Amino acid sequence: MTDVKTIVKVGIADLNIVRAPGIIRTSGLGSCVGVVIYDEGKRIAGLSHILLPESSLAKQAEINVFKYADTAIPVLVNKLIDDGARKYALKAKLAGGAQMFHFTSNSDIMRIGPRNSEAVLAILQDMCIPVIASDIGGNVGRTIEFNPDTSKLKIKKASKEEQLI
Amino acid sequence: MQDYTNLTNVQKDVLREIGNIGAGNAATSMAKLLNKKIDMQVPSVKVVSFDEVMELIGGPDKLIATVFFRIQGEAPGTVYFILSIEEAEFLVNEIVPGNKVSLFGDSTNEFAISALQEAGNILTGSYLSALSDFTNINMQPSVPYLSIDMAGAILTVGLLELSQVSDYALIIDTKINEQEEQKGVRGNFLLIPDPASLTKLFQALGITDYD
Repeated sequence: MTDVKTIVKVGIADLNIVRAPGIIRTSGLGSCVGVVIYDEGKRIAGLSHILLPESSLAKQAEINVFKYADTAIPVLVNKLIDDGARKYALKAKLAGGAQMFHFTSNSDIMRIGPRNSEAVLAILQDMCIPVIASDIGGNVGRTIEFNPDTSKLKIKKASKEEQLI
Repeated sequence: MQDYTNLTNVQKDVLREIGNIGAGNAATSMAKLLNKKIDMQVPSVKVVSFDEVMELIGGPDKLIATVFFRIQGEAPGTVYFILSIEEAEFLVNEIVPGNKVSLFGDSTNEFAISALQEAGNILTGSYLSALSDFTNINMQPSVPYLSIDMAGAILTVGLLELSQVSDYALIIDTKINEQEEQKGVRGNFLLIPDPASLTKLFQALGITDYD
C-alpha cells in the first residue's frame, strides 16, 4: 500500500472518472460548471467540466459531446454505471457558473455562467440525480477537487479561501 | 469559413504581422508611459486547444491581472493584455512611484486597481487602434474590463464565442518587456479573433488565395 494519490485532471470541455483513493480535479472554472456525480457507497466519482449549456448552440458538424451540459452529463452517468456505480445511488455536487464580467452588451453568450448552472440543474433533475451541495454564481474563478473517499468537494478560489462542501 | 488547422504560411505571416503592428504600437505607448525602453518579441501565431490556451499563460489556476476588450464591428474578437500579479504591481509602482501597492489580498488598493485599469486601457487601446488603421477594418472596442483571477476563468470568456464553432482557438501572442531589467514588466498581448473574422482580416490585407 502506498500513499501516493492519483490525481485525475479534467481539462476544459472534458470529463473523467476516478475511484478512491484517487481524487479528481479541474482548475480555473469561471463561467464553466464543474459537475461531480458520485456513488458514495462504491466510492467512485466522475467530473465533467462544462463549457456551454446546450448542444443546440453548436454550429459545428461534429460536436464535442463533452462541451455541452445536455450531452456531457448523460455520457458521464453512463460511464459511471459502466464502471460499477449504481444509478439509484448517484448524487451530484457542483461548482462554477460565475459571471466573470458584467458586459454592457446584452449578448446572450455573456450570461453564460448562470445559463450553464441552470442547464446542469435541469438535466440532473430530469435524470433524478439529487444535488447535495453546490457553490455556483458570483464573479470568481474556482478550482475544485473531489475525493470519492469522503464525498467532499474542495473548492479553492483566487482569494485563496478554501471550502469543503 | 476558414478551418484553423490548414492555414498557409503566408496566412500565418499575415497574422504575425497583425500582432507585430498592434504590439509595436502598444510598446511605444508603454515606453512613453514609463519613460523606459521597451522591447517586443516576434509574435507567435498558434492554433491551440482550449487547454493549451491556459498553458500558454501558465496553467488554468495561475493568478493573472488582465485588461481585456471585446472587439465589435466587422471583425469581432477579443484582445487581452496579461500580466502576472507581481508584474502588475511593478507596473503600477512605476506609473505612480511612492507607496508600495498591493493588487491582491486583504490590502487591495482601489487606487492601484484604477491605475492598472488605465494603463491597460492605454496599452490595449493603442494595440487595437494600430490594428484597425493597418487593416482599415472598423473595430469598436468595448469598455475595458479588468480582472485579477485565475487564468482559466478569465480566458474562457474570450473563447466562448468561438467555442460554439470550434474546439481550437487561433491566438496571436506577442510579448513586450522592459529592456535591461531582470525584474521588469513583461506583458502578453493575446488577440483571439472570432472564427468568422479571419476571412475579413485576410481580405482586408489582400490575401486572395483564400477560400
